[in-house]
Amino acid sequence: MRTENLSGGFTDPSVQSAHAFRAVMEAMARPGTIHDIAGAEPPAPLSRAAGAVLLTLCDTETPVHLAGATDCDAVRTWLAFHTGAPLSGPSHCMLAVGEWGALAPLSSYPVGTSEYPDRSATLIVECAELAASGATLRGPGIRETARLSLPDTEAFRTNRAHFPLGLDFIFTSGSQLAALPRTTEVS
Amino acid sequence: MSGYNFAYLDEQTKRMIRRAILKALAIPGYQVPFASREMPMPYGWGTGGVQVSAAVLTPEDRFKVIDQGADDTTNAVSIRRFFERTAGIATTTATRDATVIQTRHRIPEEPLREGQILVYQVPIPEPLRFLEPRESETRKMHSLAEYGLMHVKLYEDISRHGHIATTYAYPVKVEERYVMDPSPIPKFDNPKLSDCAAIQLFGAGREQRIYALPPYTTVASLDFDDHPFDPSRADHPCGLCGSVETYLDEVIMDDAGGRMFVCSDTDHCETRQNAGYRGKDAG
Repeated sequence: MRTENLSGGFTDPSVQSAHAFRAVMEAMARPGTIHDIAGAEPPAPLSRAAGAVLLTLCDTETPVHLAGATDCDAVRTWLAFHTGAPLSGPSHCMLAVGEWGALAPLSSYPVGTSEYPDRSATLIVECAELAASGATLRGPGIRETARLSLPDTEAFRTNRAHFPLGLDFIFTSGSQLAALPRTTEVS
Repeated sequence: MSGYNFAYLDEQTKRMIRRAILKALAIPGYQVPFASREMPMPYGWGTGGVQVSAAVLTPEDRFKVIDQGADDTTNAVSIRRFFERTAGIATTTATRDATVIQTRHRIPEEPLREGQILVYQVPIPEPLRFLEPRESETRKMHSLAEYGLMHVKLYEDISRHGHIATTYAYPVKVEERYVMDPSPIPKFDNPKLSDCAAIQLFGAGREQRIYALPPYTTVASLDFDDHPFDPSRADHPCGLCGSVETYLDEVIMDDAGGRMFVCSDTDHCETRQNAGYRGKDAG
């Protein structure tokens, strides 16, 4: 029996997931801010931050789409053991994880309906690094403007134009994360 | 703390609530349905607020609960004790020391800061519910941003009373999209909703809805050009601290018509009294 898939989860789930969620919530509420997140040791190629987000938000009720290199045996079994989340294609997922290029095209993910705009996917985008530079962000959660290193700008502008429908993004790198809800104007 | 999972709720329930909170923050003012649980208190006592608080609390938080501005009323005391027992967290009555504040029907007088979270207890989350009882219809109205009915209601107020007679749960529009019920806070508090530095989360347990305002979100109280929004307050100074800027409760003192006006926010009033401010009724 291979036991490496059994490790790397939260050792104190209720407290570690509470801390991890606060980091995710602060990031989503204040687009552009970068937060530390810890507690997970997922198998490669998942970052610790992406692993912690998955452990915090996923369970048997959340179909997850593994995009690109994350769709490997190690990640599948780790996710299955620690969360029980069913795997799905992009069109039926609630969460997706992968590098920006592997997640494309964004049009394949659910953006919610006009009566239930919350029934939309959240994309966890693995990045090489996160920095408070690059694209300028405006919108709810931001006092005036914020800056964040984004993998694209046009895609987020298109996503913003669909409001209140749209996708929400969590960017992860190492042990850090930032987020971009559908409300943020990117320029 | 023993015999409970941290913050009472099981982890799967917290994950479900946390996912709803994230979508609520991404769509400010939109009511996200969630699978509200039975809590060890009756509906109407803050079951929605308690579930949201349980989902956001960490062991390092300092928790404050207010009921109509007061820290020492039954609802506030029992919810504070609930989380002392089930989460083992520190509590406070000081607004500035708290990191998470659960509130029933008031926003603290002291401006909130970044890093704080304000959790509202909400009885009826749907602002259109008393105008249109069918959920299928109100959901359609929100999806089409069809809020004419609400303006008709406010207009009828004006034609009947000469002014907009709604004094609490005064409807607001969030980021020029969703009309939202701010919970039954006095309309005096409505301006504090907008451009607030703290995260504002709203939980309705019986009605199974969560909604949210991220920091620095534009929240406008509905009004008309010729009848602008007026956040009125009783035209008196506080009897204990003398403040002329706070929201006041009217307290009947005897059976001979005696009355006094005191700050509804007990922590704010005590802080001012400790700083030497005195009103005419202070002993």
